[in-house]
Amino acid sequence: MSTAPKPNPTVRSLACPNCGGIVEIRGMGRTLTVVCVQCLTILDATTPSLQVIQQFQSKERYRPLIPLGTRGKMRGDPYEAIGFQVREMTADGLPYTWAEYVLFNPFKGFRYLTEYNGHWNDTAALQSVPTSGRSIRGRPTMGLLGETYQHFQNYCAKTIYVMGEFPWQVRVGESAECDDYISPPRMLSSEKLENEVTWSLGEYTPGAAIWKNFGLQGSPPAPMGIFANQPSPHTGAIGKAWARFAFWLLVLLAVQLFFAVFHSNKTVFSQKYSFTHQSRAQTENSFVTEVFDVQGRTSNVEVDLSTDLDNNWAYFNLALINADSGQAYDFSRQVSYYHGRDSDGNWSEGRARASVVLSAIAPGRYYVRVEPEMEAQGTALNAVRYQVRVTRDVTTWAFFLIGALVLLIPPVFVTIRTGAFEGRRWAESDYGGSSSKGDDE
Amino acid sequence: MSKPVGNCSNCGAPITFQFSSAVQTTCPYCRSILVRHDVNLEKVGEVADLPPEVSPIQLRTDGVYKNQPFEVAGRIIYQYEQGYWNEWHCVTNTGRSLWLSDAMAQYAVTGQATPPSRLPEPASLRPGQLFQWNGLQYQVTTLTEAQYLGVEGELPFEYWDKSKVMFADLRTGTNQFGTIDYSEDPPLLFLGEYVEFDSLRLKNLREFEGW
Repeated sequence: MSTAPKPNPTVRSLACPNCGGIVEIRGMGRTLTVVCVQCLTILDATTPSLQVIQQFQSKERYRPLIPLGTRGKMRGDPYEAIGFQVREMTADGLPYTWAEYVLFNPFKGFRYLTEYNGHWNDTAALQSVPTSGRSIRGRPTMGLLGETYQHFQNYCAKTIYVMGEFPWQVRVGESAECDDYISPPRMLSSEKLENEVTWSLGEYTPGAAIWKNFGLQGSPPAPMGIFANQPSPHTGAIGKAWARFAFWLLVLLAVQLFFAVFHSNKTVFSQKYSFTHQSRAQTENSFVTEVFDVQGRTSNVEVDLSTDLDNNWAYFNLALINADSGQAYDFSRQVSYYHGRDSDGNWSEGRARASVVLSAIAPGRYYVRVEPEMEAQGTALNAVRYQVRVTRDVTTWAFFLIGALVLLIPPVFVTIRTGAFEGRRWAESDYGGSSSKGDDE
Repeated sequence: MSKPVGNCSNCGAPITFQFSSAVQTTCPYCRSILVRHDVNLEKVGEVADLPPEVSPIQLRTDGVYKNQPFEVAGRIIYQYEQGYWNEWHCVTNTGRSLWLSDAMAQYAVTGQATPPSRLPEPASLRPGQLFQWNGLQYQVTTLTEAQYLGVEGELPFEYWDKSKVMFADLRTGTNQFGTIDYSEDPPLLFLGEYVEFDSLRLKNLREFEGW
């Protein structure tokens, strides 16, 4: 009536033609090569008698951290670890090895786990092709689904040890040219073998998650150093810190502006004067202004000097004096303004104005004592015209600036810490400066 | 859906065509490959042992693609240097043929498309070559020389030739996918996309012991 039912695919157990040991094939019909776990002979899984393809010698017997045959959940589906290979690259003349696990699900196909120094990546073949580009610094990049991956390193990956099953024709000694591009926690890798380029996309996965998913004994090896696509523990912290900074700065600004509205900012005295330097000063230079009223609650007072100094300087001794109590607030200001033009173009230094804010001045009647000083300029007369202005209850920005500086500390700290992490990450790349392997490759 | 009935010209078993568009089928009893000529069924070959390649999909598996129900009617198995792959012939409830390919459990659904531009000769194809079709950039990623290895069930055309055929896979920056099939002249173009296994909501799948 209908097609004869085919037997359900199952795990096949065969004898190794080399050592006679049992070779189990768990990858159903998807396995192309299988390596006898006892004698490490590479066998052709597509032939009924398991034809010998290659025998390899290894100085070391590597043991997979995930025992072959173990099942674990990856992205919601069960997968079985069926293959294990150790690959090697050379940098600065030193060999670096890492492990790759073949994971299989008869419906979903293959995934891979890679492990280097306790750093794990969950990887799958990519079905789309990324678009190559260049970063601002001229380094190669790859674009994939709106994300930009930075080139990290170029290397040659050589297979040095294999065990279990592979959906491709695996050989010990075979090398592929690889390029890694990162956008933590993801990594885009290309592998070039002869003419064919294959792309895979990996995601950094904590060892603890793998131990839990596969129900492995003990604890995963502690990661050493920082891996290419390891997410920075500070990711997001930078943005958050600066967002918090921006928020509190706005609050501070709002408070500042709120109080600015209540400052009377009233000019209570303004008068123009001039001063001419006498080479032989007989007369007393100091004088006092007329008395003026300072009103309102106890608050600040700003004394402002604006001069017509031009490539010149003057020195002012000043005092705000209470006409009734005689209490004096002494202060002084040097005003200097110079400008000109040299080989670098126009320059200027200082300004022709100066001001002083005196805080906590009680209301009352006040006057200012002024004592200008200038330097003799040969026989020429040295003169300055200036204006003294006294303003009651001005808005000052000192507290705002101090507050802003304090608020700046956490984001700057976080930014520096993140920068240090990124520096350590990229030190291992092709772009890691003098001590890296970048120049040799 | 019409179900023309005939008898296998080899063993005489009753042969049912589930799909009116099908031209070829295999006899489930004697594994003869039968081609329909009006009411006669001509034996054109015999199916060899199917390779150990295992797909979870089988004849009569049904599913949904882009809200359209379909049923698996037949398949072609290809062999190439690095293994096997399956092209499952699916017929939608409107009678349209789709191809669901399973290459190492990477699944793609394609349909025959009219080439937007003249397809290049196989000898002039190079990996990396780009085509602009329907506003998408397709890149030639692999050139595969493959061989028919076996057929099963109903197909919309006759296919039992065992000569080697060139295939070019084309990929894009997204999951869109294409194949140029040089088994005919002019070559055929299939366009479609890679799909997630679960998105097809497949039923009547094969069972795997222990899974």
